[in-house]
Amino acid sequence: MSRYSVVGKRLPRVDALHKVTGAAVFSGDVILHHMLHGKVLRSPYPHAAIRRLDVTKAQALDGVLAVITASDVPGYKRQNELSFAELPHLAKDKVVYAQQPVAVVAATKVGIAEKALDLIEVDYEELPPVLDTVEAMQPSSPLIHPSLYTNVITNPQPGKDDKPSNIAFQLVINKGDLEAGFKEADLVLENTYRTQKVHHGFIEPFAAVANVDVSGKVTIWTQCQGMFIARQMIAHFLGLPQSQVKVVPVEIGGGFGGKTYQPLAPLCALLAMKTGRPVRMEMTRDEVLEDSRPAPESLITIKMGVTRKGRITAASATMIYDSGAFPEMSNSMFTSGNVFCQYKIPNARIDTKDVLTNKVPSAYYRAPAIPQAHFAIESHLDIIARTLGMDPLQLRIQNVAVEGDTQPNGEVLPRVGFKETLERLAEYLRQKGPLEGRNRGRGIACGFWHGASAGFGAFIHVNSDGSVNLVLGITDISGSRTSIAQIVAEELGLPLNKVTVVIGDTETAPWATMSVGSMTVYSASTAAFRACQDVKAQMSAQAAKKLEVDVSEIEFSQGFFQVKDNPGKSISFADLARSTAVPFGRGPVLGRGAVDALPAAPTLSAHAVDVEVDDETGKVKILSYAAAQDVGLAINPLSIEGQIQGAITQGIGWALMENYVFEKGVMQNTTLLDYRMPTATDVPMIEVMIVEVGSSKGTYGLRHVGEPPMIPTLAALANAIHSATGVRLKELPMTPEVVLNGIKRRNKA
Amino acid sequence: MKIIVNGQAYETAVEPWRTLLDVLRYELELTGTKEGCSTGSCGSCTVLMDGKAVNACLVFIAEAEGKEITTIEGLSQAGKLHPLQQAFMDEGAVQCGFCTPGVILTAKAFLDSNPQPTEARIREAIAGNLCRCTGYDKIVRAIMSVARASDKGRA
Repeated sequence: MSRYSVVGKRLPRVDALHKVTGAAVFSGDVILHHMLHGKVLRSPYPHAAIRRLDVTKAQALDGVLAVITASDVPGYKRQNELSFAELPHLAKDKVVYAQQPVAVVAATKVGIAEKALDLIEVDYEELPPVLDTVEAMQPSSPLIHPSLYTNVITNPQPGKDDKPSNIAFQLVINKGDLEAGFKEADLVLENTYRTQKVHHGFIEPFAAVANVDVSGKVTIWTQCQGMFIARQMIAHFLGLPQSQVKVVPVEIGGGFGGKTYQPLAPLCALLAMKTGRPVRMEMTRDEVLEDSRPAPESLITIKMGVTRKGRITAASATMIYDSGAFPEMSNSMFTSGNVFCQYKIPNARIDTKDVLTNKVPSAYYRAPAIPQAHFAIESHLDIIARTLGMDPLQLRIQNVAVEGDTQPNGEVLPRVGFKETLERLAEYLRQKGPLEGRNRGRGIACGFWHGASAGFGAFIHVNSDGSVNLVLGITDISGSRTSIAQIVAEELGLPLNKVTVVIGDTETAPWATMSVGSMTVYSASTAAFRACQDVKAQMSAQAAKKLEVDVSEIEFSQGFFQVKDNPGKSISFADLARSTAVPFGRGPVLGRGAVDALPAAPTLSAHAVDVEVDDETGKVKILSYAAAQDVGLAINPLSIEGQIQGAITQGIGWALMENYVFEKGVMQNTTLLDYRMPTATDVPMIEVMIVEVGSSKGTYGLRHVGEPPMIPTLAALANAIHSATGVRLKELPMTPEVVLNGIKRRNKA
Repeated sequence: MKIIVNGQAYETAVEPWRTLLDVLRYELELTGTKEGCSTGSCGSCTVLMDGKAVNACLVFIAEAEGKEITTIEGLSQAGKLHPLQQAFMDEGAVQCGFCTPGVILTAKAFLDSNPQPTEARIREAIAGNLCRCTGYDKIVRAIMSVARASDKGRA
C-alpha cells in the first residue's frame, strides 16, 4: 500500500477534458475583432550582403498597414542584435542563413500581406557560405560575424580570444592525468561519430496574436516555454519596460525545447504597436522547419582506454557542434555537466566547440547536445564490450558511478540510482531471455542527465467551499500542472478535483522560469509544497483558536487539524475553510511559496531495443523497446510513462529517419512528407520500468524526467543494428539506404 | 453555399477555393480542428465528412457542399463524452492535445467500420496522424480499450 492517497496515482490530466473536446485554446485559436495578418519576407540566400532594401511599393499597396525592417526595431537601436539571444534576427546589412527574416508586413488579409512581400525590393550580393564546421574553424574561412570572438567558458582560463573567429564557445575540462590513464589501459580505442540536424517536430506551428490598448500596453497571446522570459525578450525587442508588456499563456502544442525561442511574438507585437490594431501571425510548416531552432549537427571523437577486465582508465571527447548562424545557445555548457558522468572515469578530458555556419541557428532540443554525445559514447562502449568479449550491460554496471564520485567538471554526485536502474534493465532482460532469429539484434545504451534547476513561485487560495486554487506561472509541457496539483492535494488532504490549477498571465501569476531542463515539476513542486505549508500554518493558527489550545499543539493529518495526543479534538480543513473568505467576515487564506534553484537530481535512463533488419531493403523494424529510468518518485506514473514513450519515439526518428537535407545551405525537405517523423506504424509498444531511488533535495524525492529518455535511444538503435547485422554505423540517420549500403560493404569484405 | 456541421446547417458566402479547414476555423470559429501542415501530412485537421475521416486542409469548401461534417466539437452528445474521448483521458493518451481531435476522429471513423481491430490495424489506421508527444503507445491502448468495451457490449 502506498503511503500517499493522491501522489503516485495514475490520474488523468487536469487539462484532458478541454483537449479531447477541442475546447483547449492554442495560440492559433485566438481570434480578435479586426485582426490584421502578419507575414515575413525571408532571405533566399544563406550568406549575402543586402545592398538595397526598398519597401515603398509594398507600403503603398491597398490593405497594407505596416512594413517593418531591422531599422524599425527599437531594441536593435540600443544594442547590437548579436546580443539578442533567441529573438528573431531581422537582417540589417547582411543575411547569414537562408530564410532569415528580412522584413515583416501587416495587412488586412493574408493574401494582401503575401502580395506585399513580393513588392519589397531587395538587392543581395551573394557571399561565400560557410556550411561545414571543420572549414569554418580554419583561419582562412570567411567570418560570419566579423566581431565575434571565441568565448572560452571554463578552464584553463575563462575569457575571450583576441582574434575574431567562427568559434562561438569553447570548453575544455581536464580531470586526472589523461595520458597516464591511456598508458594504464590494455585497450585504447578511438572513433569519430556524426549526427545530423533534426527538428523537435512539434505538431503545432508557431503562432502569435498581439494587441495594444489605449495606454500603449502590448498584450501577446503566444505559446512559449516560459511567459516571463518571453515578456522580457519581447519588451527588450520593443524597447518597452516590462510593465508595458503582458504575455497571456495559451496551451502549447508540443515544445521539446523549441519554444523557448520566440520567432513571431516580438514581430507581431511590433506590428500591433505600429498599426494600433490586433495582429495575428502564424508560421507555415516550411517556416517552422527553416526558421525555428533545431538541434545541431555534431562531430564527436571519443578515445577511451580500458583494462582487459573492462575497467575504464581514461576517456576523452573532442566535440564540435554546428551552432548555425547565431550563437544563441552554448552546447559546450551542456557537455560540461553531462559527458562521462555515469561512469567512474579517473582521467578524462572534454573539449567542446560551438562553431557557427550559415545555417539556421541551432538551440535547445530535449537534453540539448547530449543525445549526440551519448550516441558517440554509448556506441563506443558497445564496440569496447564486443572487443573484450564482455556483455555490454555488465560492462556498464561494472563501471557505473555512485554517490560521492566526482564528475569530470568537479561536481560530486549526490544520491543517485544509476546502478539500480541498470540492474532493473538486466533483470528485465534475464526474464525476457536471449533474442533468437536471423538478422535480429539487441542493443543496450544508457543516458545521463544532470538536470537543470531554477526559481519558481506558487500561490494557493483557499475557497470557502474547502477547495483551493493553485496559481502558477509555469508552462505545462509534460503534465506538470497535474503532477504539481497532485502534490498540493496530498499535502492538504484533498482529492485532486478540489484543486483548481490556474496558469495566470504575467500580471497575475507568480514568477516562474522557463520550462526547460526537465525542471518544472522538480522545482515548481517545491514552491507549491511551501505554499501548502504556508496555508497549513495559517489554518493551524485558526484551528488553535477554535480548539482553544496553543498552535504548537496542532498537527495536520488526513484533512484534519487536530490536537496532538487527542485526535478526537479536531476541526476539518473544510470546516475551517468555510469560515474564511466570507462577505463581511474573515478574509481568505492565501499561501505563498517560492524556491530558488535547488541542487539538481541527476538521473539515468537505460534502454534495451530488439530489432530485425531486412537485408534486402535495409529497413529496421523495432520488435520491442524497454526503458528503465530512475524518476525518484513517480508522482503520476501515467504521465511519466507517456514522457518516456514520447521521448523514445522522438529518438527513434532521430536515429532512423529524420534529417535536414541541405543544398548549398538551403533546406530541401521542408514538408512533413519529406521530413519524415515516426508514425504509429514505425514504433512498437514501449515498456517502461520506473525505478524510484529518491533524490536528496526534490519534494517527495522526485527527479528530472522528460529529457533523460531521449538520450540513450540513438546509440541503443545503432548497437542493435550492429548486433543484427555486424554493421557498425557511426553516422546518423540510419535510413534503409544507409543500412543497406552497410550490409553490401559487409558482404564484399 | 450550405454545409452541415455537427448537425447544424450553415449558409456561407466564401470563395469556393477556400478549404473546409479554413472555413471551419475562421468563418464558423470552430477552432478545435487544428492546422499543423496544410499539406495533408499530419492529420491534425481530420474531420468526418459523411462519416469518413478526411484532412480538412485538402478539402475545398465547394466539395463539402451538402455534406455532413463532424468536428471534435460535435462528438460528445448531450454533454456526454464519446467513449473515445473518455478513453483518451483515462489512458493518458492526451499530452499537448494538439493532435488529439484529429486522432480521435480518425479512430472513430475506423472503429465504426472495424469494430474489432488488431493492434496492427489500429496503428495502420492512425498512421496519417502524427503525434510527437506520446509515442502512440497510450493512444493505441485507448482505442483498443474502446474496441474491447463495445465488443463486450454486444456479447
